[in-house]
Amino acid sequence: MPKFWDEYHIPATLDDALGLLARYDGRARVIGGGTDLLLDLKEEHYSGARPHYAALIDVTRIAGANEIREDADAGWIVIGCAVTHAQVVASSLVQARATALHEASGVVAGAQIRNMGTVVGNVAHALPAADSAVALAVLGAEVQVRSKQSTVNSEQWRPIASLYLGPGKSAVDSTREIISAIRFRPTGANEGSAFARIMRPQGIALPILGMAARVKLAIRNSQFAIDDVAISAGPVAPTLFRAARTEEFLRGKVLDDATLEQAARVLLSEAQPRTSAHRATREYRVELLPTMLREVMTRAVKRAK
Amino acid sequence: MPLLNMNVNGKNIAVEVEPHEYLAHVLREKLGLTGTKIGCEEAECGACTVLVNGAPVVSCVFPALKAEGARVETIEGLVRDQVLHPLQKAFVEHGAVQCGFCTPGLIMAAKGLLDHNPNPTDDEIKTALKDNFCRCTGYVSVISAIKSVVASRQSTVDSPPLSHSPTLPLTREPLSAVGKAYPRNDAVAKVTGTAKYTDDYKFARMLHGATLRAKYPHAKILRIDTTKAKALPGVRAVLTHEDVPGSKNHGLIFNDWPVLCYDKVRYQGDAVAIVAADTREIAERALELIEVEYEELPIVDNPIDALKPDAPIINDFLGHGNLLKHIEVDKGDIEKGFAEADMIIEREYHTPTYEHAFLEPECAIGRVTDEGRIEVYVGSQIPYEDRRQIAASLAIPESQVRVIGAMIGGGFGGKEDIMGQIHVALLARATNRPVKMLYSRRESMIAHPKRHATTIRLKTGAKRDGTLVAVRAEIFGDSGAYASLGDKVMTRAATHAAGPYAVPNVKIDCYAMYTNNPPAGAFRGFGVTQSAFAVESNMDILARELGIDPIELRRKNALRVGTTTSTGQLVRESAGLLRCIELVESEIRSWKLEVGKDRQFNFQLPTSNVQAWGFAAAYKNTGLGGGAPDKSTAEVEVYDDGTAEIRSAAAEIGQGLPNVLAQITAGELGIPFERVRVLLSDTDLTPDGGPTTASRQTAVTGNAAKFAARGMREILARAASERLDAPPEQIVFCDGYVDALPPLSVTGEGRGGGVKRASFADVVRWARAENRATKFRFEYNAPETKPLGTPGDMHFAFSYAAQAALVEVNTETGEVRVIKVVAATDVGRAINPLALKGQVEGGIVMCIGNALTEEYIVEQGRVWTDRLARYKMPSIKHVPEIVSFVVEEESSVGPYGAKGVGEISSIPTTPAIINAIYNAVGVRVYSLPVDQDKLLREMRRMTTD
Ligand SMILES: Cc1cc2nc3c(=O)[nH]c(=O)nc-3n(C[C@H](O)[C@H](O)[C@H](O)COP(=O)(O)OP(=O)(O)OC[C@H]3O[C@@H](n4cnc5c(N)ncnc54)[C@H](O)[C@@H]3O)c2cc1C
Ligand code: FES
Ligand code: FES
Repeated sequence: MPKFWDEYHIPATLDDALGLLARYDGRARVIGGGTDLLLDLKEEHYSGARPHYAALIDVTRIAGANEIREDADAGWIVIGCAVTHAQVVASSLVQARATALHEASGVVAGAQIRNMGTVVGNVAHALPAADSAVALAVLGAEVQVRSKQSTVNSEQWRPIASLYLGPGKSAVDSTREIISAIRFRPTGANEGSAFARIMRPQGIALPILGMAARVKLAIRNSQFAIDDVAISAGPVAPTLFRAARTEEFLRGKVLDDATLEQAARVLLSEAQPRTSAHRATREYRVELLPTMLREVMTRAVKRAK
Repeated sequence: MPLLNMNVNGKNIAVEVEPHEYLAHVLREKLGLTGTKIGCEEAECGACTVLVNGAPVVSCVFPALKAEGARVETIEGLVRDQVLHPLQKAFVEHGAVQCGFCTPGLIMAAKGLLDHNPNPTDDEIKTALKDNFCRCTGYVSVISAIKSVVASRQSTVDSPPLSHSPTLPLTREPLSAVGKAYPRNDAVAKVTGTAKYTDDYKFARMLHGATLRAKYPHAKILRIDTTKAKALPGVRAVLTHEDVPGSKNHGLIFNDWPVLCYDKVRYQGDAVAIVAADTREIAERALELIEVEYEELPIVDNPIDALKPDAPIINDFLGHGNLLKHIEVDKGDIEKGFAEADMIIEREYHTPTYEHAFLEPECAIGRVTDEGRIEVYVGSQIPYEDRRQIAASLAIPESQVRVIGAMIGGGFGGKEDIMGQIHVALLARATNRPVKMLYSRRESMIAHPKRHATTIRLKTGAKRDGTLVAVRAEIFGDSGAYASLGDKVMTRAATHAAGPYAVPNVKIDCYAMYTNNPPAGAFRGFGVTQSAFAVESNMDILARELGIDPIELRRKNALRVGTTTSTGQLVRESAGLLRCIELVESEIRSWKLEVGKDRQFNFQLPTSNVQAWGFAAAYKNTGLGGGAPDKSTAEVEVYDDGTAEIRSAAAEIGQGLPNVLAQITAGELGIPFERVRVLLSDTDLTPDGGPTTASRQTAVTGNAAKFAARGMREILARAASERLDAPPEQIVFCDGYVDALPPLSVTGEGRGGGVKRASFADVVRWARAENRATKFRFEYNAPETKPLGTPGDMHFAFSYAAQAALVEVNTETGEVRVIKVVAATDVGRAINPLALKGQVEGGIVMCIGNALTEEYIVEQGRVWTDRLARYKMPSIKHVPEIVSFVVEEESSVGPYGAKGVGEISSIPTTPAIINAIYNAVGVRVYSLPVDQDKLLREMRRMTTD
């Protein structure tokens, strides 16, 4: 393999990391677990590009960044940029209060990659079907983007969806900015979430379809009805997709077969699945959307009860 | 260079590393810990798994500096005070090691699991090992090994452990060492990481090679300019076709494959130039500086187009254009046969190209010795063929070349052709330094020959009662740019295209074609995998149309003694197919398929999953056959310490040959198995054992070993006879002793007098003192076979198998899962039941890949599947429950009756799965692999129609 970078830095604080990025002024790149980045570099190389960075800035040892912490007062769970999928899967907090994310990180790759890859990296990579990103989308996730070089450096949080510009295109410039953490709303009483995905046994290890749902139930006329709901899916659009119309349709309804069927029709009218070569046809994805919707909704509702 | 501090296997170390180095590289190259293997460098295979702070990571994409201050554990650290770690021991005992290349990674991943979860469920084991591929074992033994460790840790005095030993299929009583389930004799080296594969060898002043591949799949070469590459500092040699002094081409059968391309390039993997440089990076950079001017030519990307009269000519080496070979099988009168048929089934089937995906990418090291000879270290399936081809291209006598076999990390037919062997010899000569050429996974996937993609048009005719009367087939095989073993493979596809059945009228036309795709050659199953898919699918369709039980239909037509094969060969012995069918049938009887219904469910689960069984049978030749001389030479030497060594240049690719040879030698010499050493694959030290192909080594080299050991024993018997004062007939070799039995009494009922005994070692010393030979060499020639189209036997033996697969189809998603496979395999005689179990399980799981997960895609001559991430071999998650029966219908040819097993087990699984899918959901799959996308859409179409 050619040399893709010259220096490798492992800063101990966020400030050091930001300082290094500023010093390299666009010639360095943030690396988390490297499980996307290093393979992307290799792929670019084989397709004729000659990627090269003066330095990689490893953010996995930034003080505090490997914590999953609950900010109970404000009602958030915060995940630092060094937190791996394995940590998320092992966290009983996430399992209980953000089951969709637990399930999503649980199906990412195999044990080794889960020990290396970070949840923040999964989001930063900006693929519309990245598993934990699909789950985070229904958990109302927000990210904090830090930098010394641009105006975005602030303690401000912004919605995860705002990072997605197109397939693999993130609004975060990983040569200048660091996503320091992600936070999301855990589920509470009468709430539940779920994630499911379908893979193809051949070829690329990218999901054919992933979907997540979060529901909040309320008792109406002595029946459980959907008080609030969030549904996300990928890849059915160039960016992270929230099924706003389907959500709207479902609000206030009692979840039964007929409602699910109607909801599926709404979902099909707003999702835009495409054919991706050697992965899935549009028709197949269309067949799967209702199936997956039923799967995640049923599971999420069960958990909410 | 930054200093990396870490604790490796309990020792604190500091090592200078480049900032861009990966941990795998530092461990292997800087710390000499070569037990960590590199199989892909793309985070896919798991071979490089090590533990960092107790957690398994893939070290090939782990920047070394990330390990600063960390605790790193590698396979080398598991042995404590010379005692194997329980996982290592269990892997050895359970036969969870074959080629061994995946083993260190698997064991480390398993350790990572057990350290955190001492009592994992089956599911947790499978989840933890999902990204550790093993191409050989089929994972069954891996799971049982891990579970045995868990069980033994939990066992207390009160509750003894359940079972620590693997469950073996029932086989015959062993004859001495033959027939016993000895663990592999190289297993300890493999589980400890000390086994040396080619890339684990290092030489002083060694250079690194790289190969410039073709820019286009088909183009004329107008000009090659290496000036700039040569000028790059660190580059020691840049060679092109002009630097090949001898034969410009190589090839196993036909010399049609350029060592370095001169007139044209014919596929993307063609080698145009080679470089040797101080480092691999420099060598790769030099490739970019080589200028090649091409003129693009039109592409032929499938065998049917290749046969068209106006097709561009790819390779005219044989003088008949793109037609590599037209193979014809003709038996009886095909017109008459179909006229007699009450039912005719005619279908077209497609199989894609498949990649062997052995875990170890190709590697070769060339070196010039002080005496000026050429030495090549390589994991090759045919060492003597390598020697012949290297010598020819270097224009030196074969005696000036020594090929030394390293451990082979899997072959499956994919390491029979020349890859880097000639290149490293050329570079070593040009630089007078050792040169290592290690292929990246990508290079391996693009370059080496694959399994033929085929289109098979198959017409089967039968009487109302199911008696087969005629089979007509047309087969188009994509042999790619060069011949490799293409015509042999397609010949096997053709001769086996009527299936393991007695069919009176057969006509088969098979066309092996040159195209601009990667060459296709040998791959476990050798063409029969493809035709069996078509044959066994047609059989099920026929059974359904006739309203006959599919198993009954096969039984009715099965080859048995007294019938003739489609090439007219009379089956005289050793035909265990009926027995195989019977065993599988009785095992699944409680689930027996119902016939005649539209959708033959056995039962429907409450969920959307539908299950059904499918059945298939197969046969496969043992040995080269077809008139090819099939011989092997082995040499046995005995030593004063009572040990023996058996030698043959026969490749071990994971199948377990060393044990077979050691067991046979031990059995014949009457010494314990542990006292036999095995030396394989060194053309200076071991005689030619022939190719490891066609499931032939147990039978052919096994016989050579048997006769060599027997010859040695006779010499020793003569020495013992004199000293012990008894005629040689009364000398018996057993348990490391040589006994002179007293003569039989006159009545013949017992012997009078006492036994005189000497140790085996004493007898060797006596023999030596008397100047008798202590070495015996035997060249074994398998019975003569006849070429296709001439009367007589085309093969000296066939192995048979029947399998049933229980498959579950998700009617909501189209996903297919194999739940259980019942297999019965007729192997003649089980020489080592443990190794046999591994071959069967590995074969079945590989064939599940063939049916469900694998497909090598080339688009317009451009390889799309150029990385492991795009080629999914079955993972541990795909492993079904396997029930395996062994049938031992002895062959009079093989040693103790043994026939081949390497391929037969991997043939019937695909059609059994395909038939099961039909039985479950009523959709017939004609094109492999099963596409769940298409399957679901067809299921939906059926329900709306
Ligand atoms: C074999 C294999 C299987 C996989 N399977 C799956 C799967 O099933 N599902 C799935 O979703 N993914 C899968 N992945 C992808 C990958 O593992 C995940 O996306 C992972 O979460 C990426 O995290 P990382 O820390 O490794 O990211 P990195 O590779 O380190 O980074 C990814 C990108 O994000 C940037 N970046 C990383 N961290 C930050 C930060 N804090 N701030 C700003 N930019 C940042 C990097 O510059 C880079 O552009 C797989 C990968 C492999 C190799
Ligand atoms: S995963 Fe590292 S070598 Fe394959
Ligand atoms: S033993 Fe696992 S790959 Fe060969």
